[in-house]
Formats: sequence, structure tokens, C-alpha cells
Amino acid sequence: MEARSLFLDLVVSALLVGGGFFLLMAGLGILRLPDVLIRMHASTKAGTLGAGMVFTAVALHSGDTVTISICALTVSFLLVTAPVAAHAIARAAYRMRVPLWRNTHLDQWKGQYAPKRKPAPAEEPGEVRPDLGG
Amino acid sequence: MSELGHHSQVLSMAIDVTAAMILLGAVCAFVRMIKGPTLPDRVVSVDLITVFAVVIVGLIDLSTDSAPFIDVAFAIALVAFLATVAFAWYADQRTEQDLDRPALEDEGEEEGR
Repeated sequence: MEARSLFLDLVVSALLVGGGFFLLMAGLGILRLPDVLIRMHASTKAGTLGAGMVFTAVALHSGDTVTISICALTVSFLLVTAPVAAHAIARAAYRMRVPLWRNTHLDQWKGQYAPKRKPAPAEEPGEVRPDLGG
Repeated sequence: MSELGHHSQVLSMAIDVTAAMILLGAVCAFVRMIKGPTLPDRVVSVDLITVFAVVIVGLIDLSTDSAPFIDVAFAIALVAFLATVAFAWYADQRTEQDLDRPALEDEGEEEGR
């Protein structure tokens, strides 16, 4: 058991330290990057990678089937939900008109989410909204 | 933290180093949550902090060889996703209310949708 345990401990230690490094980079990135939409890069990508590495280490360390399967379930759940949550927050942030970074020079949605007025009486006769009066 | 289990030297040292790095990252995320200028900043940092919590619980599982902790990690991951989506929905609803007001800066063309 000892030789296998030593090699396994080395692999688990490498995965742990690598995952911790990526999580630290995620924290530093969310502190240092200039903009919400840019900070999200650090939070989603590096955070998910670090969590996946740490959970791989946990699954390798404890060899029983239940822990391995729950680790796989947790990692796959993080992989599925992190893009959904990030997309939801990013859309909300863009629609809230959070100020972008001053060096952002490509804003493809500029004007797409312009604030819609109330059904304007004079300027837009074509827009008919029968239900939403007022 | 790593005296609780019986690990080899390198593994207990790696557990300590990983815990320190995760703690440092969590401190950074907390600072961003405190001074984040807008609501989505805070939501993003809370999301990252819950990821840190999930990872810390997994690390406790590895450190103490107590299997049930991994269920806690999975439950925290579930709740974190729901919380993030709920915050995003709340921010979006508030934006919908704000959009009923007249525009601050008007580029002239309304979108055709």
C-alpha cells in the first residue's frame, strides 16, 4: 500500500496545489480586473477549473465509489451551471448599463438594449400594442 | 487543519498550501464584494465566494477523511446556482422597472426588435 499511496499522494498534492493556484488567480482577477464583464472571466473560468482540480484530487484520494460519483456530479454540475449563471449576470449587468471599461472599443450590442419608452404616441405609429395600454 | 487525518508529509503540506491560497482568494473576493461599485459586481463576487465555500468543504472532506462532507459541497453548489440566478433575475426586474423611465442618453434610433 505504501508505494501506491506515495504516488497517489503526489498526484493528489499536485492537483490540490494547482487547483488552489487557479482559485487564487480567480480571486485576484475578480479583485484587480477593471470591469464586471471582464471580471467574470476570472470568476467563471479560473474558478471552475480550480474547483474541478480540487474535486478531482478529493475523488482520487478517497477511493470509494460514492465519493467519486458525488465529486463527478458536483464538478459536472459546476460545469453546467457556471455558464448559465454567468450569462444571466452578464445580461443583467449589460441591461443595467454598468459602465464598461474605458478601453473597450467593441460594443456590438450598443443600442440594442436601448431603453424602450412607453408606447409613444406620436413618433411610432407602427408599433401597436393592444394589450399593454398606458 | 491537516493534523486531523493521517496523511503523508507532502499531502498535509499541500492541503495547508491549498487552504492558504483559497483563503487568500476568498479575501480578494470579499474585498471586491465590499467595494464593488455596482450590484452585478457584488453578485459575481458572491458567486465566486460560494465556489470557494464548495471547494473548502471538499478540502475538509479530503483533510479529515469524513465522507459525508462531500454531500454538503454538492448542496452548497446547488444553492449557489439558485442564488446567483435569483440575483440576476432580481437585477433584471429592477432594470425593467427602470427602463420605463425616460432615457438618460438617447441615441435617436429605437431598436426594431
